[in-house]
Amino acid sequence: MNLRRDVFQAIADPTRRAILLLLASQSLTAGAIASNFDTARPTISKHLAILTECELLTQEQTGREIHYHINAKNMKEVADFIEPFRKMWDDRFNKLESIMKKYKTKK
Amino acid sequence: MERKTKIDAENGKQEIFITREFELPVDLLFKAYEEAEIVEQWMGTRVLKLENKRQGGYIFETSDPKGNKYIFSGTIHEFVPNQKITRTFEMENTPFGVQLEFLEFEPITEDTCKLNMHVIYRSVEIRDQVLKLPFAQGINMAHNRIQDILRQLK
Repeated sequence: MNLRRDVFQAIADPTRRAILLLLASQSLTAGAIASNFDTARPTISKHLAILTECELLTQEQTGREIHYHINAKNMKEVADFIEPFRKMWDDRFNKLESIMKKYKTKK
Repeated sequence: MERKTKIDAENGKQEIFITREFELPVDLLFKAYEEAEIVEQWMGTRVLKLENKRQGGYIFETSDPKGNKYIFSGTIHEFVPNQKITRTFEMENTPFGVQLEFLEFEPITEDTCKLNMHVIYRSVEIRDQVLKLPFAQGINMAHNRIQDILRQLK
């Protein structure tokens, strides 16, 4: 399996990204995860299954409940987590550059 | 496309480095940080206060499409024209607290220059959360869009 490609497919979906973000700070049960979304519970279950298959999430049985955790090892491979941050600064700096280029010619 | 802005964020550290080269003389780059009017244009914020001096400070305000206002503010510790700015930065009403920023402006040639930004957060966890923020906002925006569409369908 081409894990890397699958990981990127997994995070291409906004709901799945939201789930990962939710689990970044705590582990939760499927029910608790679903309660954060307006989406139907079976849809959330499907997203959880995909994320687990891609090994971005791991399941842990505690009593009768299953908790979902972020698989930190694989998340690190997704360095693109900070890509939106880089892009935000790149866009700002591009704007700065074009504004100041005009400023220069105006003078 | 060439990636002009570089982010250096080593795992497990509470700091990041942002570097960028500009096709501008260093004094023009500095001016973009110095003059409130220009800051407003490229940062996309309103500048409520910008006091460029040692023990000066700044207050920026942005609003989202729903009209919610966000305040960004800080204190200026060093202000050396065309060379450096040392300041704190805080997004008010967020749990992230204050971060320390060292901005260095460096000429490369007469018409090009480089900005080095060294940002230090209180902890590794806070740094990682802040780095993920634009990612999170992207999600919220997508969600808001979905909600808007659903509302129209009703």
